[in-house]
Amino acid sequence: CWSPQVVWSMLGNRQFCSYKMSTKTQNFCRNEYNLTGLCNRSSCPLANSQYATVREEKGRCYLYMKTIERAAFPRRLWERVLLSKNYEKALEEIDENLIYWPRFIRHKCKQRFTKITQYLIRIRKLTLKRQRKLVPLRRKIERRENRREEKALIAAQLDNAIEKELLERLKQDTYGDIYNFPIHAFDKALQQQDAESESESEAEREEDEDEDVDKREFVEAEDSELSDFEDMDKLETSSEEEQEEEEEVEKKASHSKSKGKTPLKGPARRKRPYIEIEYEEETEPSAKTKAA
Amino acid sequence: AAQGSGPVPGDGAGPPAPERVLFPPTFSVSEIKNKQRRHFMFLRWKQQQRKEKLALKKKRRKEREALGDKAPPKAVPKTIENQRVYDETTVDPNDEEVAFDEATDEFAPYFNRQTVPKILITTSDRPRGRTVRFCEQLATVIPNSHVYYRRGLALKRIIPQCIARDFTDLIVINEDRKIPNGLVLSHLPDGPTAHFRMSSVRLRKEIKRKGKEPTEHVPEVILNNFTTRLGHSIGRMFAALFPHDPQFIGRQVATFHNQRDYIFFRFHRYIFKSEKKVGIQELGPRFTLKLRSLQKGTFDSKFGEYEWIHKRREMDTSRRKFHL
Repeated sequence: CWSPQVVWSMLGNRQFCSYKMSTKTQNFCRNEYNLTGLCNRSSCPLANSQYATVREEKGRCYLYMKTIERAAFPRRLWERVLLSKNYEKALEEIDENLIYWPRFIRHKCKQRFTKITQYLIRIRKLTLKRQRKLVPLRRKIERRENRREEKALIAAQLDNAIEKELLERLKQDTYGDIYNFPIHAFDKALQQQDAESESESEAEREEDEDEDVDKREFVEAEDSELSDFEDMDKLETSSEEEQEEEEEVEKKASHSKSKGKTPLKGPARRKRPYIEIEYEEETEPSAKTKAA
Repeated sequence: AAQGSGPVPGDGAGPPAPERVLFPPTFSVSEIKNKQRRHFMFLRWKQQQRKEKLALKKKRRKEREALGDKAPPKAVPKTIENQRVYDETTVDPNDEEVAFDEATDEFAPYFNRQTVPKILITTSDRPRGRTVRFCEQLATVIPNSHVYYRRGLALKRIIPQCIARDFTDLIVINEDRKIPNGLVLSHLPDGPTAHFRMSSVRLRKEIKRKGKEPTEHVPEVILNNFTTRLGHSIGRMFAALFPHDPQFIGRQVATFHNQRDYIFFRFHRYIFKSEKKVGIQELGPRFTLKLRSLQKGTFDSKFGEYEWIHKRREMDTSRRKFHL
């Protein structure tokens, strides 16, 4: 039969014990029934015929005991006692069960039980707080999405889109008076000439209104972008425009010219415009030279 | 052995390909067992295909020139945007029902100018340097926003406090492995909550040719390509982040551009060089978002009512189908 001293001299000291983990400073014991976790003569469950541990299962603590009488029956070797949930009562139960047992085992059992209850309390507290749920990334899907994002970026042509949008807003006068852009060189000449005749400006006003009304309709039909912000501003500024029409003339004139898709008008440059003649774009340069 | 097609090449570098190779109709290049020969025949076949294609193109071009004015208009190449599966929830600009919905949804007070947006920006637990810097830059871009350090607080408890202090929006930037990768945007007085996946985040110093810092002026907002109902509501969410009256003096513009369900955010400063030319200079951070879910109430992952969730199996089946 295997006396504990023999077992210890075999496993613990000299030969190989599969539960033993040795590090630089210490030896640990991986045996699940070990009381302290270290590999010692007094802590080895294999090398002590009378031994006890405290283990927890699903939140309840049990006291496990091993005695010499049952050394021959491995199935019945470890006796299990359920400890009460009450901390003090459980300590008393340990004392009761381990009465007349060596001091070391009793002390260590109680210490182990204390540590176990402490970590069980911490588990319960943590589950009440927010739990972080880890969602695994799927590599194929991540790759696919990154690739699609790159392609979408190329297709988006962001700079062009933003510039186009800003120019649209400029055309629709959302910026009001901040920017005055004379488009063509002879618009400056126009402003000089406007100083001469006021009737010219009146006629222009009428023409401008017609033109602007048409232009406004034209622009709105074309505009299919859906952004509320833009819509609201457009609604506001369109009313502003009508007010401005009456007040300012020159600026409106230059602005309406600047809604530059329709060809420029001849009469604007002539001294007494009464006939509305539309020039084709090819003749524009010649018209320019005339004015100059 | 090969089925008698033209001159059979002896070794790798065979004789130069003849002008017109006669392939009997039952022949296919893949039936040659010898890899070198097969490769050679394949290259020759390819060359011939290319020649035919070029000849066809030339012919078409000549025809087009010959016809001159009467030529049929050039065919528009197919793009993914052209071929997009028609979405029945696309918003028609004149739709009354949509207009009515928008007048009565959670953003109506913003669009009626009754509320001024006030944003709270925060992160997930223990943010790393990159995320912190990104939050700060985002705070400079969005006017009237505050960054608060999240000290392990539960969102459900932050939200009532925010509402009490008059915040209108909450942005939570989620972080993973030291980079920001998710964004939760929640409109506060019980508004919708949108959860995005964030990618390609570039801080200001990583942007090339950038301008100076964004100033305190209120930027303009550009929302591009939000066509469906869902896209519309997301667009309104973004618009509600910025104060309603942009200061044009600042010449700054924040753009949310939707392309194939990816929302690109850029922040630029523009200058009109002339009537028809505008120059833009990128300042500020940039990132792309992809919508993952839209929830009706404020942030509540367990009991919330989801208006839209991205379900990969059902929604990613077609390459031409987009939801925003």
